[in-house]
Amino acid sequence: MAKSSTVTSISIGVGLATGIYGISFGALSVAAGLDIFQTQVLSLLMFSGGSQFAFVGVIAATGIGGAGLGAAIISAWLLGIRNGFYAVRMAPILNRVGLAKLVPALLTIDESTAVATSQANLKDQAKGFWLTGAAVFVFWNLMTFAGAILGDALGDPRAWGLDAAAAAAFLGLLWPRLVERQALAVGAAALIIATATTSFLPAGVPVLLAGFAAVVVGAFNWFSPSQENSK
Amino acid sequence: MTLWLAIFIASAAVYSWKILGYLVPSSVLNHPTISRIANLLTVALLAALLGVQGLTDNGQIVFDARIPAIGVAAVLLYFRAPFVVMVGAAALVAGLLRLWFGV
Repeated sequence: MAKSSTVTSISIGVGLATGIYGISFGALSVAAGLDIFQTQVLSLLMFSGGSQFAFVGVIAATGIGGAGLGAAIISAWLLGIRNGFYAVRMAPILNRVGLAKLVPALLTIDESTAVATSQANLKDQAKGFWLTGAAVFVFWNLMTFAGAILGDALGDPRAWGLDAAAAAAFLGLLWPRLVERQALAVGAAALIIATATTSFLPAGVPVLLAGFAAVVVGAFNWFSPSQENSK
Repeated sequence: MTLWLAIFIASAAVYSWKILGYLVPSSVLNHPTISRIANLLTVALLAALLGVQGLTDNGQIVFDARIPAIGVAAVLLYFRAPFVVMVGAAALVAGLLRLWFGV
């Protein structure tokens, strides 16, 4: 009993901690040119922080008028790929069949998977997933709304440093992933490729080009830890 | 394409990965090459977005108040500050530098 109340408190704690940075998403989304309703729908339906920041980030760079929307969609889609791997880990724990898979799929994100997979038994794993997923969903959406209202009231995003805040958000999402040489090399190369090609490629394309470079490095496993050891 | 349509397409696209993981046999996505590519793709997209958001403006490379702001964010991340504090500090640094020096 004590054990499962621990799962509850962890889940709600993670939900609060994660949800609060929905404020930054809401404010940045409005600064990028989306309205409050569009911002809220992204948090309700897309519900994946990295993809949401990417979508509004590309729109901030390209403008809301047409041409960059395709790149925004593709960037968000590609950043969502890790959720597929979380779903693979959650499937045997939740053991759902048919249409009953649709709801847990929406809640399958970094935090719900992390809390679930760090529990000792199947019952707590499932409980951790559902509670964390629901807590993050509720707080993330409430804070998105608060952030959108705030961003709407602020006016000129540059004067308030919101463009720098968006860059910091990407750095914060990137930071925990820079643990080994291969990731560092790919991250540095991607940053240079995307920045350097911005002046002559259509807006939004440099980010996708950098993603393509990562696929090539991953496919051939360049800069891998095993090569590091053999040198 | 309208922005609303793009929002619905992008949301469906992100959802497609989530549901895919529940539908395909685990052996498909658990292949080492596939999972390595997925990890590196995530790193590359975030780093590229950091570069475009932090170092460019209207299709040109621009060095301005965002760079010290990102530096402060990195220091706060190193000391494990909460995400929302780190983002807020970056906004504050850039906002103040622009107010005082117009950079």
